[in-house]
Amino acid sequence: MTHHDARLLILVLIPLLGSVAVFSLKETQGKLAKQISLGVSLVVAVYAIVVLFQFDTSSKAERFQFNGSWTWIKAFGVHIAFGVDGIAIVLVAMSVVLVPAVILASWNALDSRAGAEELNPSGRRRSVKNYFGLILLLEFFMIGVFTATDVFLFYVFFEAMLVPMYFIIGSFGGPRRQYAAMKFFLYSLVGGLLMLASVIGLYVTTGSRSFAITDLIGKVPDGPTQKWLFLGFFIAFAIKAPLVPFHTWLPDAGAEAPAGGAALLVGVLDKVGTFGFLRYCLPLFPGASRYFAPLILVLSVVGILYASFLAIGQRDMKRLVAYTSVAHFGFIGLGIFAFTTQGGTGAVLYMVNHGFSTGALFIVVGLLIARGKSRNVDDYGGAAKVTPILAGLFLLAGLSALALPGMSTFVSEFLVLVGTFTRYKAFAIIATTGIVLAAIYVLYLYQRTFQGAVNEKVTKFRDLNVREVFSVAPLIALIVFLGVYPKPVLDIINPAVKATLSDVHKTDPAPVFKTAVGGKK
Amino acid sequence: MSASLLLAAAPDHITTPSVAYKALAPIFIVIAAALLGVLAEAVVPRRERFSVQLGIALVGLVTAVIWVGAIHGTSLTTPSPKGNNLPFAGSLAIDPAGLFIQGTILALAIMSTLLMAERSVDVGSPIVASAAAVVGSPDDRRLAQSDRVQTEVFPLMMFAVAGMLIFPIANNLLLMFVALEVLSLPLYLMAGMARRRRLLSQEAAVKYFLLGAFASAFFLYGLSLLYGYADSVDLPNIFIATRQSGKSDVLLYLGLALLLVGLLFKAGIAPFHSWTPDVYQGAPTPVTAFMAACTKVAAFGAILRVLYVGFSSSSWDWRPVVWGVAIASMVVGAVFGLTQTDVKRILAYSSIAHAGFILVGLVALTKDGVSSVLFYLLTYGFSTLAAFGLLMVVRDADGEATRLSQWSGLARKSPFVAVVMTILLMSMAGIPLTSGFTGKFFVFRAAFHVAAPLVVIALIFSAIAAFFYLRIVVLMFFAEPPENGPTIAIPGWSTSVALTFGVVVTIVLGVFPQPILDLAVKAAHLTG
Repeated sequence: MTHHDARLLILVLIPLLGSVAVFSLKETQGKLAKQISLGVSLVVAVYAIVVLFQFDTSSKAERFQFNGSWTWIKAFGVHIAFGVDGIAIVLVAMSVVLVPAVILASWNALDSRAGAEELNPSGRRRSVKNYFGLILLLEFFMIGVFTATDVFLFYVFFEAMLVPMYFIIGSFGGPRRQYAAMKFFLYSLVGGLLMLASVIGLYVTTGSRSFAITDLIGKVPDGPTQKWLFLGFFIAFAIKAPLVPFHTWLPDAGAEAPAGGAALLVGVLDKVGTFGFLRYCLPLFPGASRYFAPLILVLSVVGILYASFLAIGQRDMKRLVAYTSVAHFGFIGLGIFAFTTQGGTGAVLYMVNHGFSTGALFIVVGLLIARGKSRNVDDYGGAAKVTPILAGLFLLAGLSALALPGMSTFVSEFLVLVGTFTRYKAFAIIATTGIVLAAIYVLYLYQRTFQGAVNEKVTKFRDLNVREVFSVAPLIALIVFLGVYPKPVLDIINPAVKATLSDVHKTDPAPVFKTAVGGKK
Repeated sequence: MSASLLLAAAPDHITTPSVAYKALAPIFIVIAAALLGVLAEAVVPRRERFSVQLGIALVGLVTAVIWVGAIHGTSLTTPSPKGNNLPFAGSLAIDPAGLFIQGTILALAIMSTLLMAERSVDVGSPIVASAAAVVGSPDDRRLAQSDRVQTEVFPLMMFAVAGMLIFPIANNLLLMFVALEVLSLPLYLMAGMARRRRLLSQEAAVKYFLLGAFASAFFLYGLSLLYGYADSVDLPNIFIATRQSGKSDVLLYLGLALLLVGLLFKAGIAPFHSWTPDVYQGAPTPVTAFMAACTKVAAFGAILRVLYVGFSSSSWDWRPVVWGVAIASMVVGAVFGLTQTDVKRILAYSSIAHAGFILVGLVALTKDGVSSVLFYLLTYGFSTLAAFGLLMVVRDADGEATRLSQWSGLARKSPFVAVVMTILLMSMAGIPLTSGFTGKFFVFRAAFHVAAPLVVIALIFSAIAAFFYLRIVVLMFFAEPPENGPTIAIPGWSTSVALTFGVVVTIVLGVFPQPILDLAVKAAHLTG
């Protein structure tokens, strides 16, 4: 089984080479660094979309496509192996679209003139080229982590990904950046090391001479060993995702990271957790997944409610957005562990939508903070009269976060709830209240910042320029487009979700009522 | 029957044991370099002494390491199963594992020598010109200003290396003891030779000497008890005795326990670690680097041989002990490391924690276990050596600036030094794509079969240890530099070469470890 399809390898390597180029620039060449990063990220995006269109969605297509495998460390049976199923490819596509948006949004964030986005008391200069170099490096790891089909390689990307994010938070973040960066790193590292224990255990218990995911599926005998191995992976992913009660690092990291970094952190990095549930926990440990599913569903539902209430109470805008994400991850967890095709498909679509929607929300919040130089909602008010374009985009991003019908997030939330309802009625009903709470935290935020009496600090705000509009508008356009016509994406996701569920030996319960939005062939 | 007995009792001639000069040549070369160095000290004029001594040391070490490379894999190093072609009637075993350790020690010794030859960052060198001068005396003050250098350190170091080369290949406990002393005595002296902070350095030397002497005594006592048990001090004979001896096991247990105390002390394993932070802090930094890397490799080589060759059949008895000291080392290293405020001491505690991780691999008692320990020693040695070397370039008026607070904001002053240090620290923390991760993975994988809970404990302590490595990274990159912080000295060529090599090895073994892994896997063979 040796494939040498280099398409994904090239996709992974482009951002790496780009980041090396950007890092090797001089400190004074900040402008060039931005241009190179934007160029590289656009090339990656276009290339990834081209690959996406070559993805075979027909019924007899292979589960993993574009497979390429090269021996890396023979002594451990490790390969540099790439390949994507329908779940991975849409997440890659989401990531590569988000990166150029983030780069555009961060364009002037580090300039000493416009600067001070993050209320840096020392007012020190930050290295522009390092910031953009780190973003490209992060993109390299992000694509790698989604496309790796070797468990060891996945682990390497999973852990190494921490390093650039750590420096983005720590070097370019807000006043409490040291604390947030350390907390982020340690939480993730602990999870990662537990996962490493499971990776080694996987190798030992299966006796497999290879770490390829396809060689390991169905090889772990059911029983206590499987449960322990499952927990190693699960805790790592639950910290990453994050599920309550492993979430406490996210509000800190999300609030202190620069807005662009936060968008990537919550939009993409955290998806690795939920992606991991689908790619590793379910297929490798089907028995343990079924065993722990009720517990995880409880955690998910608790997360939805708990994080929503916390979000309503936040005055720090970035913390607020971070908490909304914790609630959204609750929905994703619900969809995955309900073990229904609709729930799973909804969860994957949710992951894509959430990337766009939270990415957009972080970016618009960042743009607002860059103007008001404060993360506190009390320093704003009535901004819609001064900056109508920003207000409009803010409202749209917010509405996508609360899953307004017509937005793609609605489709996914609906699928998750319907998918859950067919098996676990109570959970679905409780989770539905999360929709109401989402409306409260989003609209309450919008009301306090953009409506009402004009705060005097707001009067001098400049509305968005073309670059800033272009950093958000494409994301919102995508959200609306997928809200109206989600079928192409659902067609890609559906077979992969079905294959995953068949690994868990779960079939859909007999339908109570026949319904599906789009995509059911 | 009777004829052969007679023959054995009264031989016509005494058969001299075969020496296998070719296989032992690296040891002879290093000893020759040491003796030549002593001679050079007497005859070469002072002006040229430094370069001549450095030349002798480097040529000796490089020749030795090339020799090791040349004979590896040949019939010289693959003894017959009966072990009858071993040199000195089986007292020394040049087997693949021993040779791998020798190669590692020699490579690390070359780097240490290069660090010791550093003369650019400070007047003179990191080594005091006259170690005997009383601290605070006029002599001492004059010395601090002069650019006189001391060159005896090179032959001393060669003797230590020679001892280290014999230590891990000795299949005879008495010979192992001799090697232990040969490697230790020069180190006691070298620890007291720091150019700055003389008192601290002398304290370190005395402490190391006294405790080391006790440890040697323990070793010797254990050896004598084992002789009482097995009627032999040869490890293969002890092995045979453990399987069939009718004697009381008390002798065996006591003997092995006391023997291990001596060995664990040298390897800096808790609870016999208490000298490590003080000595590492007080000794001149290049000497610290040498001790942290080479001594540890040699000591682990010896532990590996004693446990695997001599006592593998009584593994049920010593395995729980190794579990215990492994956990103790990880706890001490990781937890006490967190409370330290001096970078040198932090690295000392890190070395204790790493000793714990290496012991995890030792527990496996399989071929994989051996090769994972060998590989880990290599990765650990290079990263640690380079990290200590890097301490030499961060300086203030009093010499090296090792207080943690002085390192804050270092990235602003010298992004290069900060990035290099970060790579080394990440490797020690076991972040993927560095050698430290490959090593940890290998060790933990080898041990998982027999000691899954120990592996999980080790992983948890890896996370705790990572915290104090990260603390340094956080300080360097995210904190503001202090008012009159340290300066970054431009190191001389020798230090630069050593540091570059250390960092390159750290990255290469993280990204393309296959060739060295192959070597380590092939080297998993200890002859008894």
